[in-house]
Amino acid sequence: MRKCSLDKLDLLLGEIAKSNELYLPVDDSDGSAVYKKWEKGTALSDALNTVRSPKDFFFPQTENLMEFKMQGKNIEIIDTRSELEDFVIFGVRACDVKSFEILDRVFLSEPVDSYYAMRRSHGVIISLACTRPAETCFCKTFGIDPASPSGDISAWKTESEIFFEANNEKGEALLSSLGALLQDCDNEAVEAQKAKINAIMDKLPLKNLTTEGFGGGKTAELFDDPHWAELSEACLGCGTCTFVCPTCQCYDIKDFNTGNGVIRFRCWDSCMYSDFTKMAHGNNRLTQKERFRQRFMHKLVYYPENNDGLFSCVGCGRCLAKCPISMNIVKVMKTIGGDKGE
Amino acid sequence: MQKITRDVLIDKASALLSDGTVSCVLGWKKGEFDYDVTPAVFTTHDELIKDFVFSDFCGANFSKYLVSKTKNIEGRILVFLKPCDTYSFNQLLTEHRFDREKVYAVGIPCEGMADISKVRAISGEGIASIDTSGDKMLVTTLYDDEPVEIAPCDFLAERCINCKSKKHVAFDELIGEDGDVIDSNRFDEVARLESLTPDERFAFWQNELSRCIRCNACRDACPACTCEKCVFDNPASGIENKSPANEFEEKLFHIIRAYHVAGRCTDCGECSRVCPQNIPLHLLNRKFIKDMNDFYGEYQAGAEVGMRAPLVDYTTEDLEPGEVFDRRDTDA
Repeated sequence: MRKCSLDKLDLLLGEIAKSNELYLPVDDSDGSAVYKKWEKGTALSDALNTVRSPKDFFFPQTENLMEFKMQGKNIEIIDTRSELEDFVIFGVRACDVKSFEILDRVFLSEPVDSYYAMRRSHGVIISLACTRPAETCFCKTFGIDPASPSGDISAWKTESEIFFEANNEKGEALLSSLGALLQDCDNEAVEAQKAKINAIMDKLPLKNLTTEGFGGGKTAELFDDPHWAELSEACLGCGTCTFVCPTCQCYDIKDFNTGNGVIRFRCWDSCMYSDFTKMAHGNNRLTQKERFRQRFMHKLVYYPENNDGLFSCVGCGRCLAKCPISMNIVKVMKTIGGDKGE
Repeated sequence: MQKITRDVLIDKASALLSDGTVSCVLGWKKGEFDYDVTPAVFTTHDELIKDFVFSDFCGANFSKYLVSKTKNIEGRILVFLKPCDTYSFNQLLTEHRFDREKVYAVGIPCEGMADISKVRAISGEGIASIDTSGDKMLVTTLYDDEPVEIAPCDFLAERCINCKSKKHVAFDELIGEDGDVIDSNRFDEVARLESLTPDERFAFWQNELSRCIRCNACRDACPACTCEKCVFDNPASGIENKSPANEFEEKLFHIIRAYHVAGRCTDCGECSRVCPQNIPLHLLNRKFIKDMNDFYGEYQAGAEVGMRAPLVDYTTEDLEPGEVFDRRDTDA
């Protein structure tokens, strides 16, 4: 365990930024937090979390995959990938760190997504334990401990100091490079901080939310549940929940005609949209009820079925805070899952 | 706090259900917390007693839901309309978007609705309960022993601080007394933006619109956006797009949308309410409204059913297009 006083945090960030691009949550002009590149004077946000999740670092909202240039009858295929430098993401919360594992299982399974893999291998994650969980938090439901976030390095912030612990060689290499800015210390203050966070976790309103009733093998039981109709009744069909979600990973691949060539790009897609997975035969989900159901069945049944029981939600609460009609996964789980009737 | 209570609304809805005036009720359903209210359709008194709520967090404009909810229903649907919702109601009727005969509209007074992000900015995260029964909002958090007191000027949504009307322009029945059209300051911010240099104004919108994630919530909540198939959702349109491909793309979307609803936008403010990125989208629409007022005389979309918007009407007093350019040059 190593530490640094908070008044030296700026120096520490500057030191990290000397050899790596460094990103961290900062306060945006509208008052919410957003990941931005560190420059001299950039201050770490006090917000619990960013509106956009850090999935952008590995799976950006839009990304060019390749280009085609046409000259006469020749088509030149241009590989747009370029080699990346290492970069550091500082201040990732435990829920969001867990979301990377969920994305990895999709993009790093064969066939490996080389675009995602390249970014992932160059990213160093410094997680940060939560200090003030919100009422919308329910990470514990998915076995995540906000007091002990994983990542290459874990960090804890107290009122006056910030503590670091490397979890692997990558993390150790970065911490070692910071030399005299960090001092060795015992873990007393961190243990006290963890106890404080755990005491708050016991007071959270969603602390008893259970995944009971969901998981692999539940398709037949839940697919035709009559409650999907009322749950989806007011859904606007916008993509807010899917775009602020750290684990939503569906994308579309499209061609953009440049006039003398084509840029093939991919962009986030949303199962809430009417043309999601539209195929030559048309669309297999014609109503908002079916689209809505897809989102929650994917997270709570299909994904765990294909991934050793791992649910594809981390309880970050972004969809609770941002849905224009306040419909969300918690309400779905309470209505059709193990809490039914409570 | 709202002057009208949940009980009064439940009594009204139950009476209209039991005498057969309506077959269902569009209302607000309570959530996990005191603020996460969801629009819902109720069909019985018991359902209303169990889940119906009315509070400072019932800001959603119900008018647009009538387009889908009036289809395939037996009888009539009861809808509670706040004054600003009634303008959208009329505008949708002007555009023949739903069958008026299928709706029983009850106008309800509104004291302004709260913006939860403003509440949270003051109370901090960890809201345990919100008491909206008094003049001030009392917010209890998991972190403070004493509730935080918040005055209306600090929690009201921007659109409510600049409320344009407490008057209901459409209803079958009214609960409480009707109010008046208000001489609001809603164009002040537009005027401020107009006073900037073009470069400053560009920087303002670039900063705001660069946060757009193209979730389409603004469009999907907008009562003026009721196309059966939006061009931006239609792969056959050639301009379908799911994400901001570059900085210009997102500006294009919002500016096209603002043009598309010009003359039809009632300034209900739903676009800004639902934006997850807090982009003040309503300012684009207000700019159009302000210009139309200046060029063609005061016009409020939705004030009456069947009005002709200035942009689709012709009078001999209309200003010549050249004058618009002349004014632009003198403004700059």
